[in-house]
Amino acid sequence: MSKFRNKDNKGTPAISTAALPDIVFMLLFFFMVTTVMRETTLFVEVMIPKATEIKKMEKKSLVSYIYVGPPVKRMQASFGSKPRIQLNDSFATLNEIQEFIASEREAKDEKEIPYMTTSIKSDESVKMGIITDIKQELRKANSLKINYSTRKGTY
Amino acid sequence: MARKKRGLQEINAGSMADIAFLLLIFFLVTTTMDVDTGIARKLPPIPEEEQETPPEIHARNIYVVLVNAGDNLLVEGEPMNINQLKEGAKKFINNNGANPTLSDNPEKAIISLQNDRGTSYKMYVRVQNELAAAYNEIRNEVALERFGDRYIDLNKSKQKEIRKEYPQKISEAEPKNIGS
Repeated sequence: MSKFRNKDNKGTPAISTAALPDIVFMLLFFFMVTTVMRETTLFVEVMIPKATEIKKMEKKSLVSYIYVGPPVKRMQASFGSKPRIQLNDSFATLNEIQEFIASEREAKDEKEIPYMTTSIKSDESVKMGIITDIKQELRKANSLKINYSTRKGTY
Repeated sequence: MARKKRGLQEINAGSMADIAFLLLIFFLVTTTMDVDTGIARKLPPIPEEEQETPPEIHARNIYVVLVNAGDNLLVEGEPMNINQLKEGAKKFINNNGANPTLSDNPEKAIISLQNDRGTSYKMYVRVQNELAAAYNEIRNEVALERFGDRYIDLNKSKQKEIRKEYPQKISEAEPKNIGS
């Protein structure tokens, strides 16, 4: 008997991997369909508060986000550490909120406008003054449905 | 002429899996599965110029909740711990005229919430949460008693019926600016 086994010796045949691409493609399509790309880069640090009476937000496409919080570390040199408002991809001031809501509305179908929600993602440490000002601006923009973004958890 | 055996060679698809894996990993990394959750509220519209005088509301039907800049609660003129707020609110809503300082009935009960500009967002959300919890618990109790099922498991019309009897009326006054 030779030390090297003969090639055409019938051992266990290799497992066929022909179906592997199919399986991988299936997974791939699943993730491609379910994925939501991060649209905005956060410039503010947001640690949303905890709450128990939370509701899932429906129709994500109809939600516009307002982020409030202290600027992230690398931005603090130029923007300070006071809480700031972020809309889309830039810092904003209070009077830009109405404009922001208007532009969000323009992008949507007219029928969908009453269902549009504004989600306030604010850091726990933020004082209510700035939130109140935002709410006041939203009232002026007649965008009355709001959502205080919270995560699930007990105190 | 006989067809050559090598004429229609199959494309080697062995590396297809690698390419697919590469894409798969990309999507796995970029995907965010988190669902957005939160407390939904509706803001009051800005009042129009010529406003009719608001209807008189008896003081007993208003549950005044004040939060100051130090995140302390003052409920109906008494300091209160946040842990008691839910029970307090439930007692107020479900009073049905028993206690002369609390509400006539749940339909008339209004919770008035006022905070300072210096109140922290965390505390504000917590107060909102406790008040929402009070309403949710009451609705749940009624649902269990009347239909033998939890409120969220009821159908739309039954939920509406309970909602009508126990409307969630939380009014927010303009915040004060003291000590912020």
